[in-house]
Amino acid sequence: MPGLGTSYGRGGATSSARDLQDADCIVIMGSNFAENHPVGFRFVLRARDKGAKVLHIDPRFTRTSAMSSDYVPMRSGTDIVFLGALINYALQNDKYFKEYVVNYTNAPFIIKEEYQDTEDLEGIFSGFDPEKKTYDNSSWAYEREEVVLPEGEPANLSERLAREKLVGRPKRDETLQHPRSVFQLMKKHYARYTPEMVEEICGTSKEEFLMVAETVTANSTPERTTTFCYAMGWTQHTYGVQTIRAGAILQGLLGNMGRPGGGILALRGHANVQGATDLSTLWNSLPGYLDMPAKAREHDTLEDFLRAQMRPTSFWQNYPKYLISLLKAWYGDAATAANDFGYDAIPKTLGNHSHYKMFEDAYNGVIKGMMVIGQNPAVGGQNASFHRKALANLDWLVVKDPFLIETATFWYEAPEVKNGTVKAEDIGTEVFYLPSTVFAETEGSFTNTSRLLQTKEKAADPPGDCRSDLWFTYELGKKLKDLYKDSTAKRDWGIKNLTWDYEPDVNPRFKIQEPSEHKIIKEINGYDIATGAPLPGFGDLQDDGSTACGCWIYTGVLPEETVNRAANREGDDYQYLNWGFAWPANRRNLYNRASARPDGKPWSERKKYIWWDEAEQKWTGFDVPDFAATKAPDTPAVPGGVGLAAQSGKDPFLMLPDGVIQLFAPAGLADGPLPTHYEPPDTPVSTNLLYPNQTFSPTAVIFDHLPNNKVHGANNSDYPFVITTYRVTEHHLSGAMTRWLPWLAELMPELFLEISPELASELGVQNKDYVTVETARGKIEAKALVTKRMRPLKVEGKMVHTVGMPIHWGYSGISTGSVPNDLSAIVADPNVFIHSSKAFTCNVKKGRLPGGVA
Amino acid sequence: MITRRDFLKRTGAVTAGATIAAVGGINVKPVQAQITKIKLQVKEGRQVPSVCPYCSVGCGMIITESEGKITNIEGNPDSPINLGSLCPKGAAALQLAVNDERPEKVLYRAPHSTSWEEKPLDWAMERIAQKIKEDRDNSFIETQDGKLVNVNPALASLGGSTLENEWNYLHAKLMRGLGVVNVENHARI
Ligand code: SF4
Repeated sequence: MPGLGTSYGRGGATSSARDLQDADCIVIMGSNFAENHPVGFRFVLRARDKGAKVLHIDPRFTRTSAMSSDYVPMRSGTDIVFLGALINYALQNDKYFKEYVVNYTNAPFIIKEEYQDTEDLEGIFSGFDPEKKTYDNSSWAYEREEVVLPEGEPANLSERLAREKLVGRPKRDETLQHPRSVFQLMKKHYARYTPEMVEEICGTSKEEFLMVAETVTANSTPERTTTFCYAMGWTQHTYGVQTIRAGAILQGLLGNMGRPGGGILALRGHANVQGATDLSTLWNSLPGYLDMPAKAREHDTLEDFLRAQMRPTSFWQNYPKYLISLLKAWYGDAATAANDFGYDAIPKTLGNHSHYKMFEDAYNGVIKGMMVIGQNPAVGGQNASFHRKALANLDWLVVKDPFLIETATFWYEAPEVKNGTVKAEDIGTEVFYLPSTVFAETEGSFTNTSRLLQTKEKAADPPGDCRSDLWFTYELGKKLKDLYKDSTAKRDWGIKNLTWDYEPDVNPRFKIQEPSEHKIIKEINGYDIATGAPLPGFGDLQDDGSTACGCWIYTGVLPEETVNRAANREGDDYQYLNWGFAWPANRRNLYNRASARPDGKPWSERKKYIWWDEAEQKWTGFDVPDFAATKAPDTPAVPGGVGLAAQSGKDPFLMLPDGVIQLFAPAGLADGPLPTHYEPPDTPVSTNLLYPNQTFSPTAVIFDHLPNNKVHGANNSDYPFVITTYRVTEHHLSGAMTRWLPWLAELMPELFLEISPELASELGVQNKDYVTVETARGKIEAKALVTKRMRPLKVEGKMVHTVGMPIHWGYSGISTGSVPNDLSAIVADPNVFIHSSKAFTCNVKKGRLPGGVA
Repeated sequence: MITRRDFLKRTGAVTAGATIAAVGGINVKPVQAQITKIKLQVKEGRQVPSVCPYCSVGCGMIITESEGKITNIEGNPDSPINLGSLCPKGAAALQLAVNDERPEKVLYRAPHSTSWEEKPLDWAMERIAQKIKEDRDNSFIETQDGKLVNVNPALASLGGSTLENEWNYLHAKLMRGLGVVNVENHARI
């Protein structure tokens, strides 16, 4: 989420698939939209049929390419060069949106003198510690004016803490000429990202690049808008967050954010990636993007924590209200001001606990038991065979899934057991397999890629002892609370006092009753503790313990006891405001204040969306305004003001400290304030042409201490080919929800490797021959699919071949095959610890593995 | 034939902040007025609205149930997101529910065993709760480096991003309540 979050303020996709139909140009990069989000793709086609240009930039020619106006090939993993060159093109040719950039971005802001760019330091930024491989970002900050402190007494805790943290306003130069203005620094940073460099590094011809640059800039004006759509092709790299940042910067410079047919549509992979992040089953956050307290930070007491996390000049100034309301929701009456509302019971992270570190801890015996609910790491994890080793080192494992997936069967079906390397008898893991319901057998809601909550209803009881995940967690919680009910130990305070009453609202139609969805959604929405009434909006939350709220960004989904807006089902043909509920506050296109000029009038009649209604003295339009409803465009920022008062009536990006897009990110990122090209940890080239002394990202996290997890490095002749992994329409993820379905298994029955006719003839391989694919991590087999969709590209003066493989297979189910994820390495980006599965290297040989298993 | 709209359509008393009408030439007429009348395939049984569990597009579905069995799943033509269509995964969702491969009993594999045993659900739930407590009590870290941390390092939870919001919320709450820091799902960026 920090890719979009540090740029615009929120991590969510800024628009919806449906909004695409209003775009004049759609750039799909790092996504096979047509095959992986097929039904959403119809809106791309609608736009195309209305005359929009659709550009697909991707290492593979796919059905998305076939349906686009133009397909532009590129080498996998070089997106930042391509995007950086688009940024450079816009800056050098004066094709950025001047009025938007001056008013709605931090381009005019002045950066400290101490800051040094990758241009000065040959590929690294100032503040780098080579020992720790981390940055100290203090030199990336703004130069500031003297701080103005407000008068009078603060009204509440949030205001008091905000005042303590107030700093002076950033210095600006609205002419954009100051040599240390963000604008000039960016110009310098990207000056060498030229069409020629694109041709050299990405393998894309200069002509094709310029066609993209001209099309995108011509369609980014007051009259016209361009959208970018991305998926895992942008994210799954050791610099994944920076790739998104590069797209975000470009869209800011082109003035496409907050406008209809503009924005950035992040295409999430799963039905509820957005909700799972929002609510949050992630190691480092609490629901609503509140942070987990960390041992390493000044988080000792509640007040320390709130002070440390306070962002005084944005909407986040309300942070204490959201956290204290969350603590009240979790610990009820036991949470009082005297005991910091139970803050101490929230565990403090001891370091990194993200997925790969977690499996390392399981492998090392630090973690004893693991509950795997709806994921399949035995084949879905990168370097999947390492994941299986970790599972084999656990004391116990719960797998809860509708089918007997590989994570449940690894101890008798994994390749290493089948080939005799590991004996089942030697695996000490106690395994519990709990059969699950499927979506149709439970109630509940999903939050789709456009932040839209939609409820579904239960259709039938599940068979046998299949139970929902919600049932499992609720019943488990009841049992644990019972086991701890008599404890007086301080460390058990949290579980003892956790509010845990979600008894079913009995539905006589069913034999199996589910925990009450209504009670849960009400707690998530928030309510007034004295009256028990649900709160209509997050503006009602307080920091004095009088309100409870499980996830503040969802407040408003249940504005009244009997109204669940996620169940709204009246769609219209535009922004369908009465279909489902989009967080926050049912806004469909985020930052839509930017669809109007600074003075509040639409940029053009054609792209009219939200505007200031002078007569009514409020913002109005086709969406819910993402702005204070009655704050006039000419409202000045209050000197010494906190929260939104610190921002003026023309600052649309209200979650960010200064209300404007952060083209340059002074804080919030571990790997630099401006996206910079590095090669993937496995790369076919010998050097990084832009920074020859810095081939790889200096902050990439490489788990080379794990067994069989070596990276290939640059130009490794043992592994000469680039391999990229992906999905097909007929399967999902590791196949856990598809390889057991006869229809889907028949449609897409086996694993394959896509290779170009050129490479096939080099290897002497015919279509449908078996090939063995090998990396330092593993060896698998697949059938060759020889196709012109894969094209060799000329890079560094040589032909670079890319091969492609879908990720969906494993050793269980009705369609089985080798495990593609046995090939990749565990490496990660330093911000979100995402892996690199789109660009690594391998060798391919004709022939099968002996016995079909490595 | 049951008229789908009477019960599938549902709108809260609270309407959107922006005024909805035909403004500025933009068409905001209801979707259902524009689609050709798509006939539901199965007319017998009870129909409930649902949402596709696969990708993040969020296609609307209509599930038909008859005598406690799911008999049909198809796209919801009223949904402005999919206007009735589904891709091959969504269209196959019936087989996710009605599928002979689905185990219906808890399976248990004792340490070092070479086979599964069927077990009662209650037994498994009880034993999992006991194991969580045992590990937690043995490994709990109250303070580290002089700081109060209240961490249970022995338990990890790996969720999936195809699970409902309600589960994610409740599960996060329970895990933090137990002092668990090892909490992850598929989501990354
Ligand atoms: S039907 Fe297909 S496109 Fe629609 S949500 Fe399901 S998987 Fe995604």
